[in-house]
Amino acid sequence: MPAHGKTAAKLMLIVVGMFGFGFALVPLYDLLCEVTGLGGRTGGQYVIDPATHTVDKTRLVRVNFITNTNAGMPWAFWSEKGGVRVHPGQPKFVKFFVRNPTDRVMIGKAVPSVAPMRASGFFHKTECFCFEHQMLQPGETLELPMRFIVDSQLPKNIDSIHLSYTLFDVTEIAASAPVGAQASPVEADAKPIGAD
Amino acid sequence: MSDAVQDYAHEVVHEDHGPAKGLRRWLFTTNHKDIGTLYLWFSFLMLLIGGSMALVVRAELFQPGLQFVDPQFFNQMTTNHGLIMVFGAIMPAFVGLANWLLPMMLGAPDMALPRMNNLSFWILPFAFGLLISTLFMEGGGPNFGWTFYAPLSTTYAPDSVTFFIFGVHMMGASSIMGSINIIATILNMRAPGMTLMRMPLFVWTWLITAYLLLAVMPVLAGAVTMMLFDIHFGTSFFSAAGGGDPVLFQHIFWFFGHPEVYIMILPAFGIVSQIIPTFCRKPLFGYDSMVYAVASIAFLSFIVWAHHMFTVGMPLAGQLFFMYSTMLIAVPTGVKVFNWVSTMWRGSMTFETPMLFAIAFVVLFSIGGFSGLMLAITPADYQYHDTYFVVAHFHYVLVPGSLFSIIAAVYYWLPKWCGKMYDEGLGKLHFWLSFVGVNVTFFPQHFSGLAGMPRRIPDYALQFADFNMLSSIGAYVFGFSQVLFLYIVIKTIKSGEPATGRVWEAAHGLEWTLASPAPYHSFTHPPKVVLAEAHS
Ligand code: HEM
Ligand SMILES: [Cu+2]
Repeated sequence: MPAHGKTAAKLMLIVVGMFGFGFALVPLYDLLCEVTGLGGRTGGQYVIDPATHTVDKTRLVRVNFITNTNAGMPWAFWSEKGGVRVHPGQPKFVKFFVRNPTDRVMIGKAVPSVAPMRASGFFHKTECFCFEHQMLQPGETLELPMRFIVDSQLPKNIDSIHLSYTLFDVTEIAASAPVGAQASPVEADAKPIGAD
Repeated sequence: MSDAVQDYAHEVVHEDHGPAKGLRRWLFTTNHKDIGTLYLWFSFLMLLIGGSMALVVRAELFQPGLQFVDPQFFNQMTTNHGLIMVFGAIMPAFVGLANWLLPMMLGAPDMALPRMNNLSFWILPFAFGLLISTLFMEGGGPNFGWTFYAPLSTTYAPDSVTFFIFGVHMMGASSIMGSINIIATILNMRAPGMTLMRMPLFVWTWLITAYLLLAVMPVLAGAVTMMLFDIHFGTSFFSAAGGGDPVLFQHIFWFFGHPEVYIMILPAFGIVSQIIPTFCRKPLFGYDSMVYAVASIAFLSFIVWAHHMFTVGMPLAGQLFFMYSTMLIAVPTGVKVFNWVSTMWRGSMTFETPMLFAIAFVVLFSIGGFSGLMLAITPADYQYHDTYFVVAHFHYVLVPGSLFSIIAAVYYWLPKWCGKMYDEGLGKLHFWLSFVGVNVTFFPQHFSGLAGMPRRIPDYALQFADFNMLSSIGAYVFGFSQVLFLYIVIKTIKSGEPATGRVWEAAHGLEWTLASPAPYHSFTHPPKVVLAEAHS
């Protein structure tokens, strides 16, 4: 019997280890997304380094904007332009808008994603409404500024990039005191996943 | 090791010899045969329940349009059918066979951890009672598919999802305890002379399967735990709004899910490798390569999971990696099929019912393997994904694959278990009905899938009508022929002709050296094992 007890105890180590591994997949996956741009994740706030910053006047890249609202999110969400042409390295300012057509105060949050995935590491936001929550009064419309730079190192074969935002209703999530590592949207803002 | 065996023989002498009487026998039993019997009957009940759900689905799909059930209920039927068949029918049936056979094949008196054995079985009726009871709750039971992708299973799930989560936790606990028991039995309780490379292949495949279970059931438990937190405690593991990612769910699920499908096929490989040599009257061709093939399949099963998620978007390098690694699995699988066929080559074959099911396994499982290869081709999968082609693929590997192997095993070992022979004529009738039924059901699904019919829908475009009608007819034939199986088994137990100890002319393996029916405690004195008698 003791022989079996020992075997069972060793095997339980596998079980406990693999249970932990399941949870470890969460940060591992984030790391993977950060390294590979998997899922088109973009980074957090980008700070221009004047020492290395260059503008490539020889190229023009088209950046297209897509605005979505998640199922059940009643807000209207649109961008001023469908797309813009920029030189890699040149900062660009664009405007997005949201309107809350309901009769209650609501909080929204936009989650960005870039296609093609290979471009996501070369798309930098120096200012973005997606770093924060937006709280809108009933009927209120808000202008959302956003400033970005396409990296001058963008691979030559990419000549257009799609930036897509999905707007989520986070009224409840933001209201209830969240628990756990990924729980707090505010925390997620401060240290965005896949920050580069 | 021999110490352990002696300890055991010693301990058993002090136990009383016959089973207790009445209900208490089954509730408190620690006997491997009783527990094996419980597992097998339980899984048969689940087969009938899960099967009835499939028949509801097939009734609705008999014709285009909505006729019998509303789409919400339809979704609950597909979801629960999948969950019950995977976790309630196939997996417990294999554990039941392991309970019955491992001690007899290894020359041991019983399983290593008999009390835990009792617990791991008795958790199951509660787990499935809980799962099935959700169907009667307000808002209905799980309706998000057996793969329960978040956020469908979190944000948009019916309230009963919490019970589903606890049900999965319980099933997981049961499988983990079962696996620990199986590994401890195999590693510690082999009779002298039963070296690892002499073990019957059924034992080998179960050893590897048990390790797979230990590795991935905790990951599944982790996934449902994260769901529980997202639903009730405000975390956002899988919710993009809170900084999580729904795609992460799919990665975690399939990291469990792909090894899981091999958990459902490796013991089947073992069973078929026992049966074919017996009815070919030849030893198994390529025993060693069979063992290595199973081990490599198990290893590869950990690095192919994303072939279920080609369409969620992945870097090119990832798509290529998962495509090639998936295709690589065909190599060891091919080795196995080659060895089975080579065993038959120039054998003096006879075609008793277990052999018929085993041969059908080899042929039809291979068809499922080939459709798997088609699905593994990334660019092609963009068209096949989430169509009936996938449904055809996994039903070919699971029904005439895993389920046929279980039925074959029951016919093959039933005479040893109850000491009586089944009715060969009825067995053959059962085989032919099942064989025709399964092919009429699932073969047309390849075509409707290639033509673009999506899976998990209660209604469909008119051009799919003929294929679906055929599928439904086949499903009813197959379903009701399993009632015949029930009748055959009961008839055998009640009034079968007495079976000899050897049962089959050319059966090899320690279990055939015991009397039929096998004594309540298998080997109270460890037998001396010689190679010729170790395995078939
Ligand atoms: C040569 C071996 C195999 C290959 C190459 C293979 C490949 C694949 C691929 C690529 C898919 C994903 C299709 C899609 O969703 O678009 C798939 C699905 C599936 N396979 Fe296999 N497979 C193999 C063997 C097996 C075996 C042995 C089993 C189980 C006994 C199995 C069970 C399943 C199941 C259950 C699904 C569908 C899961 C779902 O989405 O509900 N496969 N297979
Ligand atoms: Cu798979």
